[in-house]
Formats: sequence, C-alpha cells, structure tokens
Amino acid sequence: MSMDVADSFVGGFSLDLGFLAEASVETIHSGLSALDVCGMILASVGLVFFLGAAVGLYRFPDFYTRMHAAGKGDTLSSLLILLGFGLITLDDFSMVGWLLVVKLLAIVLFIMLTSPTSTHALMRAGFEDGVEPVTKGSSSKNTKKEGES
Amino acid sequence: MTGLALFNLFILVFMVVAAVISLRVKDLLTASVVFGIYSFLMCLLWAEMGAVDVAFTEAAVGAGVSAVFLVATVFNVKRMSSD
Amino acid sequence: MTVEGFTVFAGAALFVLMLPALYRVAVGPTSFDRLVAVNVIGTKTAVLLVVIGTLFGRLDMFVDFALAYALLNFVASLAVARYLNRTRSMPAKKPAKRRTPRKKKARAS
Repeated sequence: MSMDVADSFVGGFSLDLGFLAEASVETIHSGLSALDVCGMILASVGLVFFLGAAVGLYRFPDFYTRMHAAGKGDTLSSLLILLGFGLITLDDFSMVGWLLVVKLLAIVLFIMLTSPTSTHALMRAGFEDGVEPVTKGSSSKNTKKEGES
Repeated sequence: MTGLALFNLFILVFMVVAAVISLRVKDLLTASVVFGIYSFLMCLLWAEMGAVDVAFTEAAVGAGVSAVFLVATVFNVKRMSSD
Repeated sequence: MTVEGFTVFAGAALFVLMLPALYRVAVGPTSFDRLVAVNVIGTKTAVLLVVIGTLFGRLDMFVDFALAYALLNFVASLAVARYLNRTRSMPAKKPAKRRTPRKKKARAS
C-alpha cells in the first residue's frame, strides 16, 4: 500500500487528490464497492468544505466574519464527512451496519442542532462585550485588543 | 509509517503547541480554554491508542468538568495574569 | 489503494486543516476568536474519532463515544460563552447600543 500521499503531508500542506483517480482504476479487484466509492467522494467533498472554513478562519479580518466562516463551514463539513463514513461502513448491509448508520445520523443531527446554537451564544457574548466589526473606514487590525480591557 | 503512527505524530505536535499557547497567553480565560483543547487532544491520543474507556473519561472530565471549573474560577479572580 | 488508505488520507487531511484553527488560537487578537477556534477544533475532534474508529475497524464503540463527545464540546463552549456574557452584564441586562433611536412615547401627563 503506497504511502506517498501521507509522506507528502509531512513536508508541507499539499492536498493531493490524484490518489482518488488511482482508486477508481483498481475498483474491480481491490474490493471497493459502489458504496465505498461514493462514501469516499462524499467525505472528500466534506474535506473541501472544511478547507474553505479553515481558510476563512485564517484570513478573515475580524471576529464576526471569522465566526461566520467557522460556524457554517465547520457544521457542513462535519455533516458530509460523517455521512461519507456512514456510507463506507454500510458496505455489508447487515443489521450492525444499519445501527451504526443510525448512530452516525444521530451525531449529524446533533451537530446540526448544536453548532448554530453555540455560535449564536458566542456571537451574542462577543457583541455585548463590545467587539467592533471591521467597517470600511476602520483598519483591519482594529479588533478590540481584549488583553488590555 | 502506518496510518495510526501518522495520527500519533499529528496529535502529539498539536498537544505541544496547545500547551505552549496555554502557558504563553496573557488572558487567563483563554489559557483555560486552550487547556480544554489540550484535554481534547489527550482524549484523541487515548482513543488512537485503542483505550476507548480511558479516552471517554478523559473527554468527560477534560471538556465537561475541568474546563468549566477553570472558567468559573477565572471569573472569580482577576482575569489578567500578573506575570 | 483501499478504504483504509482513504481513511488515513482523510484523517491526515483533517489534522492538516486544523492548523489554521490552531493558528487562530495562538494569535487571535480577542479571546472570542480563540473561542471560535476551540469550537471548530471540538467538532472536528468528534469527526476524527469516527475516522479513527473506522481505521480501527471497531466503529460501533467509537460512534457512541463521538456522539458523547459532540455533546460535551457543545456544553463546554456554551458554558464559556455564557460566562463571558454573564460578567459583562452581571447586575442588570445592559442592552447593547440601539442602532435605531427609540420613538419617544407621549407620556400621559
């Protein structure tokens, strides 16, 4: 099992998706059922969304926009990755498999319910604490220095 | 390098970074919150080594109890660390 | 490359994508930014638990654990958000600055 993908991560951040094309070539004899492949695709899409959330978390100028990116991207990517892995574990359609998928759906439902709530609570705390959003006039470095308050 | 060893490497690096951040930051509340991350990663490490029940207790204690207690104490004492 | 290889790839990608969140925890100017990053890392840890469970093959143990984990993370971040909120307006619920001025009601003389 070639580990070139994993080693490339140690050096730097390189999202090398060529690996999936390789998987589709070998689907016939490496035991990859249709469910596994679409589970993988779903999980990869979830990873791409999380990439968006991570970049948003890193580059946005102030608190509100960062929370916007983190709250949304984080929830959706968790959703997709969990569903993807639900499909991957479902490959034998046995009773245990279905129980697992139901539990995974419970996690998905729970994350969908709680993540917006905690983001809202955080936003309200930030707003009442007087964190100023970045407007056109003010510089982007203006987020209230919490340290000196 | 098997998959689990790779996860091990990542978790340990993140734990060291979280610990350093938790010590270096001035705001005590943030320090206690970053300590929460440290216990998250510790629990991941236990889970990754296969000890699921220990990881479960670590998660319950770390995220559920001690983080909240630390935050509660921070709000009864001065919030900025003096050093 | 089989499912197990993909799981390792997904786990490694998740860890690498947690770096910006960790960066935001280290640098974030206000403590609220750090809270957002902690929230992101918390939910991602639950997903990572499922990934590790798939890698181990015994997912039925890990899935309950990931569910409990998502619960705990939610409780912790809510408690911190609630505490941040409480200290600012401890005595009375100080309303935030009103954007639109309040209409003067004609006082009954």
